Amino acid sequence: MPLILDLERAYNEARSDAGCDAELNDLLAHYAGRPSPLYYAQRLTEHLREVATKDGQTGGAKVYFKRDELNHTGSHKINNCLGQILLARRMGKTRIIAETGAGQHGVAVATVCARFGLPCEIFMGATDVERQKPNVFRMNLLGAKVHAVTSGAGTLKDAMNEALRDWVSNVENTYYIIGTAAGPHPYPELVRDFQSVIGNELRQQMMEREGRLPDTLVACIGGGSNAIGLFHPFLDDAEIEIYGVEAGGHGIDVPNGHAASMSGGSPGVLHGNRTFLLQNEDGQILEGHSISAGLDYPGVGPEHAWLKETGRVNYVPATDKEALTAFQLCTRLEGIIPALEPSHALAFVTKLAPTLPRDNLLVMNMCGRGDKDIFAVAGHLGMDI
Amino acid sequence: MTETRIDKRFQDLKAEGRPALVTFISAGDPDFETSKEILLGLPSAGADIIELGMPFSDPMADGPAIQESSIRALKAGQNMSKTLQLVSQFRQVDIKTPIVLMGYYNPIYVYGPERFLEAASKAGVDGLIVVDLPPEADDELCIPAMDHGINFIRLATPTTDSVRLPMVLKNTSGFLYYVSITGITGSKAPDVSKVHEHIERIKVRTNLPIAIGFGVKTGEQAKNIAKGANGVVVGSAIVNAIRDSLDTDGGATQKTVSRTLDVVKDLSRALTA
Repeated sequence: MPLILDLERAYNEARSDAGCDAELNDLLAHYAGRPSPLYYAQRLTEHLREVATKDGQTGGAKVYFKRDELNHTGSHKINNCLGQILLARRMGKTRIIAETGAGQHGVAVATVCARFGLPCEIFMGATDVERQKPNVFRMNLLGAKVHAVTSGAGTLKDAMNEALRDWVSNVENTYYIIGTAAGPHPYPELVRDFQSVIGNELRQQMMEREGRLPDTLVACIGGGSNAIGLFHPFLDDAEIEIYGVEAGGHGIDVPNGHAASMSGGSPGVLHGNRTFLLQNEDGQILEGHSISAGLDYPGVGPEHAWLKETGRVNYVPATDKEALTAFQLCTRLEGIIPALEPSHALAFVTKLAPTLPRDNLLVMNMCGRGDKDIFAVAGHLGMDI
Repeated sequence: MTETRIDKRFQDLKAEGRPALVTFISAGDPDFETSKEILLGLPSAGADIIELGMPFSDPMADGPAIQESSIRALKAGQNMSKTLQLVSQFRQVDIKTPIVLMGYYNPIYVYGPERFLEAASKAGVDGLIVVDLPPEADDELCIPAMDHGINFIRLATPTTDSVRLPMVLKNTSGFLYYVSITGITGSKAPDVSKVHEHIERIKVRTNLPIAIGFGVKTGEQAKNIAKGANGVVVGSAIVNAIRDSLDTDGGATQKTVSRTLDVVKDLSRALTA
């Protein structure tokens, strides 16, 4: 506990320090490449309007992408890593650790560690190390040491357990950069704050483009960091409809065949927070399954659990198959290869947009690019590359 | 709260002038029946207090030895109901040796805290250690446990500073578990002189008995570390004896019970010598 209380104290101090803020903003602009563009996906919009017309409807929302896949390192993960590494430096920590599933967060952490000259060790499930070799190589190139975690099933939750074990063993000099909006307090809050740059930019960009706020927001949810970053600045705008899309895997009726902790899990306590979990009737945590390694965390950030309970945000699943179809649709129609994670959000957009009026402004967070997924997608499509 | 078996045991040991040997095994490791035999043999092998692990899929405060032990038990079909059964079967034979259930909160949360406390109290559980419930969450389980006559035992670590210590001590009863190292169970051996320095600092603040654990493996070590404390906890060394006795498929053998109890006997001998 003292270690996370220290973190909370340091974070509260940093928040009220204008110098710290200025440095982060400078890095976000010139290192990460923010603000990320707000892009009107015209061909996708037209395609979905045709779908609506075929169904005898007149709708078809205007679909925008918030293009966080254009960030340095290829996803929204860098937003949080830049914020946390400044915090680590401020706290005088000299060693950085992190967990990673697909490797996107690991790459972002290794990147900021290289940039700040801090030694970095990444915990990654042995199964994921095997599945995500290109990202392991990237982390190595950036100077990080990657530990293949063999305990448990060798996936993301086991990597997180191992990172927590390392942290409590080396708390004196070590800072743990958690990548998702979960884990013990104050992590969910600070990850949310660092990711809220997404929603804050969107507010301004949409005002400039359309002269008003969006009507509908959609983002994918694993632990939920990109989603909370998009949603949070709009939660008080009650007229905006918000959707979080979980990984439905083989379908939420398939036992242990999905990673939709809210649509198909139950309340529990893990990694220091009370939330929805994939678990059995004895409270043992399940691995879950998703085509996307970045979504198969067995829990979800506690703020999402709360937003579900209050009904402010609607949480829905999209299956592996639907995500794969959306992945191909977006690639062909927009010339954007999405990561498999936002492909889940996109799959839901293709269902939702045709049912909405044409003047409905829908924004989906394109939180990662799909370069890392081409091998997995080829495999699923039965192609050899 | 009224006196528990744990309070009684520490008083008796104080009169005898020796520290408590607190032994850890996971309930259901390597299977229910073998685990029950080990459990029943522990008191005569020299265990003064028994810590019984409630197996959990994600034991993040534990090192490889206890992680594996937990996984063996789960694979053999252990669950919360069976763990409570194990305690009540033990109680039919032994009414004196305190049993402390140790584990993580989620299986209790899912079982239902109130239902769990009722069943635990009925089965004959004397104490609880739930490593991922900090004092900030005392209303959740700690205070209701006391209402059921169950001690809630908290961990203090080398990072528990003078600001934090009163919070840790506030609702702790039975004994205080001092974690001798910063880290996880079964890791590096603790620096004895440093441990004693911390213990002295804690003793000024509390009259609770203090048991020291994490990283204690041999009888010699146990003896040295127990000086100045009221007890010593050994876990990884015992569950490793279970592991080493298993056949190639991970099943119990004829040696499993005896080898495991031999480790406990050695520790007990070293502590009483």
